[in-house]
Parts: sequence; structure tokens; C-alpha cells
Amino acid sequence: MVRVDGKGSGAVVELRNLDKKYYRGEEEIDVLRGLNLDVDAGEFIAFMGPSGSGKTTLLNLIGGLDTPTAGTVRVNGDEISALSGRKLAAWRARNIGFIFQMYNLIPVLTAFQNVQLPLLLTGLGRAERRKHVEAALGLVGLSDRMNHYPRQLSGGQEQRAAIARAIVTDPKILLCDEPTGDLDRAAGDEILDIISRLSKEYGKTVFLVTHDPMAAKRASTVLHLDKGTLLECTADGQLVCGTEEVRR
Amino acid sequence: MKFLHLISVNLRRKKLRTLLTAGSFMVALLLYGLLMTIKVALSGGVDVAGADRLVVLNRVSLIMPLPISYKEQIQRIPHVADLTFATWFGGYYQDMKNFFPNYAVDPESYPRVYSEYLLSEEELAAFRADRQGCIVSPPLAERFGFKVGDRIPLEGTIWQGTWELNARGIYEVSRGEMLTSEMWFQYDYMEERRQFFKGTVGWYVVKVDDPANAMEVATAIDTRFRNSPFETKTDTEKAFAAGFANQIGNIRLLILSIGSVVFFTLLLVTGNSVAISVRERTGELAVMKTVGFSDASILTLVMAESLVVSAVGGGIGLLLAKFFTLGGDPTGGMLPYFYLPGRSMLAGFGVALAAGAGAGIIPAVGAMRLKIVDALRRV
Ligand SMILES: Nc1ncnc2c1ncn2[C@@H]1O[C@H](COP(=O)(O)OP(=O)(O)OP(=O)(O)O)[C@@H](O)[C@H]1O
Ligand SMILES: [Mg+2]
Repeated sequence: MVRVDGKGSGAVVELRNLDKKYYRGEEEIDVLRGLNLDVDAGEFIAFMGPSGSGKTTLLNLIGGLDTPTAGTVRVNGDEISALSGRKLAAWRARNIGFIFQMYNLIPVLTAFQNVQLPLLLTGLGRAERRKHVEAALGLVGLSDRMNHYPRQLSGGQEQRAAIARAIVTDPKILLCDEPTGDLDRAAGDEILDIISRLSKEYGKTVFLVTHDPMAAKRASTVLHLDKGTLLECTADGQLVCGTEEVRR
Repeated sequence: MKFLHLISVNLRRKKLRTLLTAGSFMVALLLYGLLMTIKVALSGGVDVAGADRLVVLNRVSLIMPLPISYKEQIQRIPHVADLTFATWFGGYYQDMKNFFPNYAVDPESYPRVYSEYLLSEEELAAFRADRQGCIVSPPLAERFGFKVGDRIPLEGTIWQGTWELNARGIYEVSRGEMLTSEMWFQYDYMEERRQFFKGTVGWYVVKVDDPANAMEVATAIDTRFRNSPFETKTDTEKAFAAGFANQIGNIRLLILSIGSVVFFTLLLVTGNSVAISVRERTGELAVMKTVGFSDASILTLVMAESLVVSAVGGGIGLLLAKFFTLGGDPTGGMLPYFYLPGRSMLAGFGVALAAGAGAGIIPAVGAMRLKIVDALRRV
């Protein structure tokens, strides 16, 4: 179930009356205004909207990378808008996998070492870490590129390594910010295939920011971010009006 | 442990920069090590001197003697546990440039008061029994190849003539590094042959029963001989040794100034290089935070890089300094205490780490405070 009217309850991601303002000197930029969202576990949401509409901002708030100006963010029952610093970092490590447009791999580490990075913060031993990393790289089809450095990988392969890094700790929620934005159609499709699989076969709750209607079609629900709030729409941009409960 | 790899790949990403930064630590600590060696050499045995020993000198000047008759009078002063005396002889062996300190001493009391110089029973007995006997320090023995039983002719400079001596012992010390080139021989032998200053000694060395009484005893001695033709000036042995050093100039201040300049230069050079390396990977640091690295662990990682560079560079510099000074006194006798003490090396290492920490702290705090969302936007 996905709702944007703030009336749901018990959802895995629950945003209430979310405000996010930025200040640039005197100027105040209202990016999000009274935004509500309820998303159940296992949903695949696509966020669309014009550049500057606040998609990245919204994703950062859900992932606990940023804090709202007002309102609450509940994920898995934890009110993360109330957590801070150290606790938030640990919470992110357990609950969220991030995938960025620019892959953001660390250039001096091999694919294996990049994927292993989040596991260094856990109590896992060397052998166990290896098992997890190999499984994650296997899932994205990079088993044969484990010891390559990012510069030795294609863009698509880099993004797959980044996905492996995002899922290696087995988080329930994946946040993807234009993961195919820098890739050609074929490579982009491969990435979207993997993300769809993670949603369908592994039950991950996926949030995908995209400008591409083809990519948005993969999602179970497409939400349009406009003037600081969310509206449901079809993947090709047609608004679905008048519904409070936007799906099922 | 698992983070060591991260630290090492980060240091290796710009090898030249890391090498240059470590290199500046190396040069700085090498310089520090050599300066410390010179300081120790110039301040003579200040550090070796015992706290329970007082040196009684002629008030007027170091080179003016004191009457031998003071011996009984000093002995009667309360808290004086033991007493000995010595006279600077100023002789040389074979050639003027083979100079080394040599003293005429009382063979009974001198080895007793300077108990840190270890001699066997036989050596002591042989020295005391032979009017022309002498005791040689290991560096001196090594320098001229002296062995027990050798005949050593000493050329006098203050008191002319050739003074025939027999090596009767080579002392040892419990602390290996404190050795100086020197020789002791019997006061009586000098006294019977010297042409002037008969009936005098160069200085007295007083052993007090408890270092706590040292000041009291010093005052008592100086008061005792006030208004006599030979007024005394009594000081601790440390002060005596430091007095020698101060004649060469305020070494401590000089070394401190040079040291501070080097330290602050190091701080700026390293601080700059750490700051650049942090700025270059703003995005990566943000990603690490994103996947769950806490602010504190980011701070630690950046600090660790800076500390590793300073420890490795500084450590190599200190070892080089130690290596250069292992050969000992390069002047052949003028600087008997030419060595780099372990304590100074440790202090130097501490200074290197402090510079590393000081240089790392600002960029590290910057990295710690870095906001993920801002940093990711910049990528
Ligand atoms: N740190 C900041 N300071 C000031 N303004 C900011 C800051 N971060 C974001 N903004 C502004 O907030 C608005 C929303 O930005 P956001 O990055 O969320 O948009 P977006 O929908 O992800 O855009 P795009 O599709 O181009 O990625 C923009 O107008 C942006 O300029
Ligand atoms: Mg964006």
C-alpha cells in the first residue's frame, strides 16, 4: 500500500508533514512542504519530477542523510528524524542501501574492497565478510571482476559494484538516485533489471529517482514531486487524479 | 586492524606527496637528534651527575686551588658522609692534540665517592699500592690501545716534565653510554714533583648523607671558609657541570629556538598536505559516512594517516641521527659525552607525533564535520 494523504498507519516508511527549507543568505527555498507518504514493505516506488523539485532531498531524508526542517520521518518504526550523529550512522548501516548516479566507488579500492567497506563496521570476521561480499558481487554478476579497480570497470560494471556495496549488509530499503542517469540504454536496463530483481525476489523496498519514463515503468507506483508534495501519476507522466489511496 | 588497509591505500594514493611529507619529518627529526647530541655533548656530564654530591671550588675561579688542609675541616661538618678531592693536571699523551681530561686524585677516597665507576678489588689494590699507578676509562683505553700493566708517559702542561704512569685498572660503568675519555692518577705522585701550588687541591667533592641536606651542607661549607684567603663556592655536581656548559653559551635557548622553528614549519607543511589530501576525497569521505562510518571513525582515520606519516618519517630521522652519532666523539676527546640519549630519542618521537597530531587535527575535524548531503552534491 502506498498513500500520500498522511492517513495510513504501520507502513515501513512513514513521512508526516515533512518540511524542508534551505536558506541561501536571505533567500528561503521551500523544497518540501507538508509532504506525507506511507509505503509498505516490498513496494517499488519511482519518484519523478522536474530538476530541482526536491527528489534528492526527499531521498536523503528517508535515508537519514539529512534532517527535516519540520515533520517526522519514521522508517522501520524508528523515528530517525529524532536520531543524530553516531546513532544515525549506525542506523543507516543496518537499514539502508544507497545507490548514486555517479557510482561513488572509492578509486583506490578494488571492487571487492569497495563492497566490503560497510562490513568493516560490523563484527564479522574475515572469512564471513568474504562470503557476504562474494554473494553480493555474484548477485550483480561481477564475480569475475572482484579484483578490478573502478577505473578498470565500465560504467555499468561500476554501478553494479555500487549496488553490491548497497546490498552487502542486507538492508531492507534501497534508495537509488538516478542510478542509470550516466549510462546508455543497454547498461541502464541491466541495472534496472537488477533493481527489479531485488524488489521482486528479495523483497526489498525500493525508492528510485529517475527522469526516464521507461525506468519508472518498472516501479509498482510512480509518484510525482511537485511544489513540495507528492502526487501519483503514470510512468509517462499522466496524473492519476482524485484518489487518496493511490494504489491497491 | 581491518582499517589498516584503508589507511595504507590512502597514504599510497599520492606516493610522492606522502614521501615528501614523511621526508620533512625525517629531516626535522634528524636535525633534532643531532642538536640534542650536541647539547648533551656541550653540557658535559650534567645528566650523569649525582644529586647527593657537592663540588667545592675556589670562589674566585675554577682554576684557583684550595688548601689541602680544608679536608679535615669539611669532614667535621654535619651530614658530610664522605669526601674526596682532585686536581686538574692537564697532561697529554705523546702529542698535544691527544688531549683528554686527567686528574690527580686521592686513591683511597676518589673511587669510593665515585662508586658508579666499577673497579675490581685487584685493580683497586694495585692502583693504591703503586705511587705511579693510574686508572683509565674504557674510551681512553680503546683510543690509545692501553691495557692494564702498560706504561703511559704523560707530558705535563701546567707542571712541566714527563710523568711516568702505570695503567693499573680500566673501570666500567653500569650505564654504557655515560663513558668519557679520562684518567686518574695518584695525588701524591703529582704533589712530590710539581713545582708550584704545593699543598693545594683543585676541588673537593663532598658526599652528603641525604640529598635533602645538600643545600644545608653547601651553605655550612661556604660559611666555614668565609673571610679566609681561600673562600669557597659549593654547588651541586649538576650545577657544576652546567656551569661548564653555560660558558659555551645558552645552548638550551639556541636549541629551543631552532627546534620551535622546525616544529612549526613541520606543522604547516604537514597540515597543508593533509588538508589537500582530505579535500581531494571529500566525496569518498561522504560515501563512507553514507554507508555508516561515524564522524568519530572518519576523524580517527584521517588522524591515523597523519600520525603514521609523522611516526615513520620521524622514526627514520631519529634512527639516522643515532646512526650518525654512533661513531662517538668526532673531535677526539673534546666532547666526551657525544651520544644521543634514548630519552631524547623518545622525546623527539613524542614531538614528531605531536606535530603529526597537530597537523592532522584541523583537516580531520573538517572531515568529521563534513555534511554528507553537501559533499555528495559537490561530487
Ligand atoms: N544545501 C543546499 N543549499 C541550498 N539549496 C539547496 C541545497 N540543497 C538543495 N538545494 C535546493 O533544493 C532544491 C531541490 O534540490 P534537489 O537536489 O533535491 O532536486 P532534485 O529534484 O534532486 O533535482 P535533480 O533532478 O536536478 O537532481 C533545488 O532548488 C536546490 O537548489
Ligand atoms: Mg537529484
